Amino acid sequence: MATLAAMAANPDYGALVLADRAHTSLYTDPDIFADELEKIFKATWIWVGHESELPGPNTFITSWVGSQPVIMTRDKCDRIHVLLNRCRHRSASVCEKKKGKASVFVCPYHGWSYEPSGALRKVPFADGYPNGIDKDQLSLVSLRTETYNGMIFATCNNDVEPLEEYLGPARKWVDLFMKQSAGFGVTVLGKHSFRFPGNWKIQLENTTDAYHFPIVHKTFLTSLDSETENLMDVVGSGGWVEDLGNGHSVMVMIPDLVDLDDNLDAPIPERFQELAEALRAEGRDEAEVRRVVRAVGGTGFNLNLFPNIACSMAFFRVLRPVSVDETEIQHVAIGMKDGPVAANQMRLRLHEHFQGPMGFGTPDDAEGWERVQRGARAGDDLYIMLNRGADAPAGRAEAGHNAGDASSEVGMRAAYAMWKRMMTA
Amino acid sequence: MNVAAQSVRTGAISRDEAIDLIWHEADLLDRLSYKPWLKLWTEAGLYIVPTERGVADHANSLNVVYDNAAMRHARVKRLLSGFSMSSAPPARTVRTISRFVVSAQSDEAIELRAAMMVAEYKYERMRVLAGDVDYRIISVSDSLKIDRKVVTLVNAEDFLHGMGYLL
Repeated sequence: MATLAAMAANPDYGALVLADRAHTSLYTDPDIFADELEKIFKATWIWVGHESELPGPNTFITSWVGSQPVIMTRDKCDRIHVLLNRCRHRSASVCEKKKGKASVFVCPYHGWSYEPSGALRKVPFADGYPNGIDKDQLSLVSLRTETYNGMIFATCNNDVEPLEEYLGPARKWVDLFMKQSAGFGVTVLGKHSFRFPGNWKIQLENTTDAYHFPIVHKTFLTSLDSETENLMDVVGSGGWVEDLGNGHSVMVMIPDLVDLDDNLDAPIPERFQELAEALRAEGRDEAEVRRVVRAVGGTGFNLNLFPNIACSMAFFRVLRPVSVDETEIQHVAIGMKDGPVAANQMRLRLHEHFQGPMGFGTPDDAEGWERVQRGARAGDDLYIMLNRGADAPAGRAEAGHNAGDASSEVGMRAAYAMWKRMMTA
Repeated sequence: MNVAAQSVRTGAISRDEAIDLIWHEADLLDRLSYKPWLKLWTEAGLYIVPTERGVADHANSLNVVYDNAAMRHARVKRLLSGFSMSSAPPARTVRTISRFVVSAQSDEAIELRAAMMVAEYKYERMRVLAGDVDYRIISVSDSLKIDRKVVTLVNAEDFLHGMGYLL
């Protein structure tokens, strides 16, 4: 076996990820991290935001593509752009607001101004360029951008396959996830942001890790009514984990909540009775009441899309690699666009209950991930074990897809196989 | 109001009385005395930590914390359970609250805004949090209770870290 020093000089990524384990240096080596930014975060589709975050012409949010700050805009013709957030003159950032409305982005340093499409509009004191200035060559750098069912992705790689092809079988699960808008359309209601001192892949793994749930989230489970606590028996509910290709996977924790259009006649759970009454009092018909109530708690699965976005039960989980041992997470709360106020309020309260820096779940997750990074300092040649998994329940996963039981590590193995494919490409 | 209560409290709540309560609360929180902390609140009281500054309608916005009485009790149960790794033990905290300004005052209620600085320590690491705090304190029977507390961190819109304690 090659020595660690030799591997560090010229890493053999193929040897660092085996079928059932990944080498600890994937969490700790700054050179590997720098390579990941090039070979993964500049090479494939990266989540930037949701369409609802650009509610009209000339709206924007600032976001990231890997380590690069970007502005996501909707121009006056309703086209969506993802632009590198740096002036083409001397590199100052042209926008430092999180979101807003703007028909022009003016660089604060020398006043160069840009259209929401990225086009260079005006350069002050242009006569200082006696031969003129080729504005077409000095637009904000625009990344290739594609959208699927409201989810906006960008890539620095013009040769990568179309987004829909990249998502492949995961598209079916994106469509199922969006049903939680109960027909109103998904809209972003707010965001929790937090960082933890650990590698980004620790979070990537966690989205497809039901095994930790009853242990780490015991205090969340005991804060629920007994009916909901039973529902959240995510390891023992007959769910499964399915490899969807390209590093994507789905972990079904509550099979009954895969398709929110099903079982609309089932009894309304106790915890949603008050909401149902409020909706009826607004004069909504019973079919709509049932549709909203069934959707309000979200879906029963986590869809993990490699490398930085998950459709996680009732919210989007976005990860951003900051450094080899620092990662920023957003938990994006979503609701029903112009939907019933009471239903969206309930979604906000459910989100706050588990998610965010003071939720009943997130702080314990974050502490667990930090402990992984702290422990990863120990040992010279140890591996992260990813070999867990019993058979998936029969007839659930799509034929031909690799699958395992709900607490299996199939999703992590899928992600690391993609990591290996991209890092050795 | 009954006669006994009147004998204990008369007139408007003073600034000093309110500050005494706020400092008592801060002391309870730093010492993790969460059960006595629950008793400082009115039944309808709301404890809010927003995700954005300048939001007026907290009920229809995403917050870090939006706790009514039931959620406060559930939260305290969780923090004291011993089964939450972020709160068993939590980061140690030392907080100070100052720069009090009375923003509204009536016979039954007083509202103040103040500055809060919290230092937290865990795992060889110290972090500092700063925030503006808005309090509404009301007189219930013979004692003062917190009816509303909104902790708006200076970096509310930016990334935070997991917190296994109360702000």
